[in-house]
Amino acid sequence: MPRGSAVAAGPPDSQPSTHETTEALVAVPGYGGGPPPPSIPRPPVSNARMGMLMLIGAETMFFAGLIGAYVVFRFGSPVWPSGHLYLPVGITWVNTAFLLFSCYTMWRAIRCIQADQQQPFVRWLAVTALLGSVFLGVQGFEWVRLVHDGLTISAGMYGATFYTLIGCHGLHVLAAVLWLGIVLVQARRGKFSPQHLIGVEICGMYWYYVGAVWVVLFPLVYLN
Amino acid sequence: MSEAGAAAAHDAHAEHHELGFIRTYIFSTDHKMIGRQFLFASILMLIVGGLLAMMIRWELAWPETAVPFTSWISEPFMYPADEDSAVGAVEGLSEYVDPYPGANFAKSLGSVGGAHMDPAFYNSVFTMHATIMIFFVVMPFMVGGFGNYLIPLMIGAGDMAFPVLNMLSFWTAVPATIMIVYSFFVEGGAAAGGWTMYATLSADPTLSGVDTGADLWVISLLILGVSSLMGAINYITTVVNMRAPGMTWFRMPLVIWSLFVTAILLLLALPVLTAALGMLLFDRTMGTSFFMPGGGGEPILWQHLFWFFGHPEVYILVLPAMGVTSDILSTFSRKPIFGYKAMAFSMMALAFLSWIVWGHHMFVSGMNPVLGTAFMLTTMVIAVPSAIKTFNWLGTLWGGNIRFTSPMLFALGFVSNFVIGGLSGIYMASTPVDIFIHDTYFIVAHFHYVVAGIIFGMFAALYYWFPKIFGRMMNETLGKVHFALTYIFFNCAFFPMHFLGVGGHMRRIYNPLQYEFLHDMQWWNVFITMSAFCLGLSQLIFFVNFIWSLIAGKKADKNPWEANTLEWTAPSPPGHGNFETTPTVYRGPYEYSSPLVQEDWLPQDRKLGPEAVTASQ
Ligand code: HEM
Ligand SMILES: [Cu+2]
Repeated sequence: MPRGSAVAAGPPDSQPSTHETTEALVAVPGYGGGPPPPSIPRPPVSNARMGMLMLIGAETMFFAGLIGAYVVFRFGSPVWPSGHLYLPVGITWVNTAFLLFSCYTMWRAIRCIQADQQQPFVRWLAVTALLGSVFLGVQGFEWVRLVHDGLTISAGMYGATFYTLIGCHGLHVLAAVLWLGIVLVQARRGKFSPQHLIGVEICGMYWYYVGAVWVVLFPLVYLN
Repeated sequence: MSEAGAAAAHDAHAEHHELGFIRTYIFSTDHKMIGRQFLFASILMLIVGGLLAMMIRWELAWPETAVPFTSWISEPFMYPADEDSAVGAVEGLSEYVDPYPGANFAKSLGSVGGAHMDPAFYNSVFTMHATIMIFFVVMPFMVGGFGNYLIPLMIGAGDMAFPVLNMLSFWTAVPATIMIVYSFFVEGGAAAGGWTMYATLSADPTLSGVDTGADLWVISLLILGVSSLMGAINYITTVVNMRAPGMTWFRMPLVIWSLFVTAILLLLALPVLTAALGMLLFDRTMGTSFFMPGGGGEPILWQHLFWFFGHPEVYILVLPAMGVTSDILSTFSRKPIFGYKAMAFSMMALAFLSWIVWGHHMFVSGMNPVLGTAFMLTTMVIAVPSAIKTFNWLGTLWGGNIRFTSPMLFALGFVSNFVIGGLSGIYMASTPVDIFIHDTYFIVAHFHYVVAGIIFGMFAALYYWFPKIFGRMMNETLGKVHFALTYIFFNCAFFPMHFLGVGGHMRRIYNPLQYEFLHDMQWWNVFITMSAFCLGLSQLIFFVNFIWSLIAGKKADKNPWEANTLEWTAPSPPGHGNFETTPTVYRGPYEYSSPLVQEDWLPQDRKLGPEAVTASQ
């Protein structure tokens, strides 16, 4: 009996087990025979892109944690100096433009390699890396000035949140620049082609992401 | 490697030799080797965590007496037994110790290399017990070990999507593990703020008296977060992209579903902990005060961030055990799992709900009562998918042709413990009740029924897949004895904790006898400790069985349990690259007792023509 009752309970997706004809059985997905298995086509999102998307998801949760903390302190404090009071807002506007422009140049670079234009590809990549480095340099320079002016990480919640948030973003830019450096070297050696450009593409995804995070952080930290 | 495996995969075998010792056993990129590495590392840590638990239990049953076999631990953690006065003995304590059962036994055993535990060290011991058990035993065992081993095999892939990332994931977990163990040996000892590391206790070294040890704790978990991140990316990509032809989403075994959902939780929850740990580290070392009210910080913020990670974390721990249980119950009931899709969707529901319930850990932390009520309701909703799972497990057993093998017994043990732990969870979800039992032994009982109950899922998985992993069978008789003793002593150790908790016994206390109202219940503590020791000793049977079977167990066939899933179509153990040819999948994983075939199992990759169907009629 156990065998019979087991069948009555049915496999997943099963219909009642009272099939009369062979065809009926064959048509039931769980029972085998059945239609030939759908062969899995080339996955719509390649492994590398998928991995990068997930890294970006995780990074977003990381920044969400930090931004959440910032918001708690920013809006929970009775007094919170306006960004304009301490921070070099003007120059950071310019710096923001650099970073956003670097996203554009990155996009141009990828367009070029898709069209197999090696020379402009390498050039646009180099411009992107340069812009990224300039962004970092300006940030570093401003930090030195800020610390000199007395805004240190331990000088209260303002400094602590500022350096933690902006510093974490800076580290991400640094990682992106270093990675782009490697990609640039590979690009100059002609490693990429329209058929083989995943290495540039995922580096580009990360680069856009770092730019996008800045679009959130800049108004939040500097502009209010 | 078994005869069959060696013969079948001799090509792969040759490749193995080419790789050399280091690439094969140490820096291997083969998911099966990495899985085994995680497995062995976590079993070692299970011993460490278990011994720490024994120290905690000794202290609670016979407070401030000498703990046996600990004299090798140096001062200021343990004091030599003859220096009674060295430890701040509360006046007249011995007067309470003597009348309790086993006091004489304790005294005589304590004289064997015994030493007194410093109260501050007790804090380190329970902190590290929990940290090790959660992050260095259950996670690496289930997610690192079985996640790695099973995912490619059960979806019919040759390896993970990113084998090198996989190797790096293990080799970043190693320094984290070494660091957490090493933290015992630095000045001031290991972290002592509880595994939850609540600020302000954790944010200022002077408060818990532990400096370097707690820094190492933070750094170790930061590194472990990177390791988990790499693992999660790998698992998700592999499941999404690398399934064999015909392996549609709803033909995946539930254990793969559970590991997939777990990986998503890992991916999104761990970074939040990383952010919080980063701020904590800054507070400790850079002079910020994120969590220190003195400098304008917010201790409650730590709790929010920690539990926003922490509740998904408990599902990271328990979901794989649920998946394993589903597979094993179906195999040994010789019946399809009851409600396959409901099982898969309830796991997704659990994963989703786990993001919106974290406040139930903070009912007494000073939350707005409206918020508390919201968290109470969301938490109670968790009972719905949990109940779906439980009833479907029962439905699977119902009318089945049950084979009581050791993996089956452990899976049943997991279900029964989960029911108890799940029910006590509903008590605590209710704010008015939780205000009373919060931070008592009731909660300790609750989370041991769920988290420590996972150990049953771990053993079930190990007994079940041991033949596949190591090519040999484990001894069934020893396995059954191991189960019986573990099940009995587990319940004797943890069930009475409910009574202590309702009686007001706080958790995380060094000496319950300091509180007069607890004296009457001290004999429960003694009973629990005795049971816990027996539970620990019972594991020796497992270790004997495990090591003996590794060396001299009976050679395993491809499919010793007559199961359907793809890993059983590969040799035991599978060679490099897993399958001789990529399998093609024709049906779901639980076609047991199908009328289409003579046998009562029907593997996923077996092609049936219409002839077979007619023949069976
Ligand atoms: C049936 C579903 C569950 C419900 C309703 C539930 C509810 C709760 C509640 C309300 C608390 C807070 C108690 C307090 O602090 O006073 C708690 C704590 C805890 N739960 Fe659960 N829980 C459930 C399932 C689980 C599972 C499956 C696990 C782990 C695998 C788990 C692990 C824990 C742990 C470790 C704690 C301890 C937190 C601490 O250190 O204070 N729970 N649970
Ligand atoms: Cu929770």
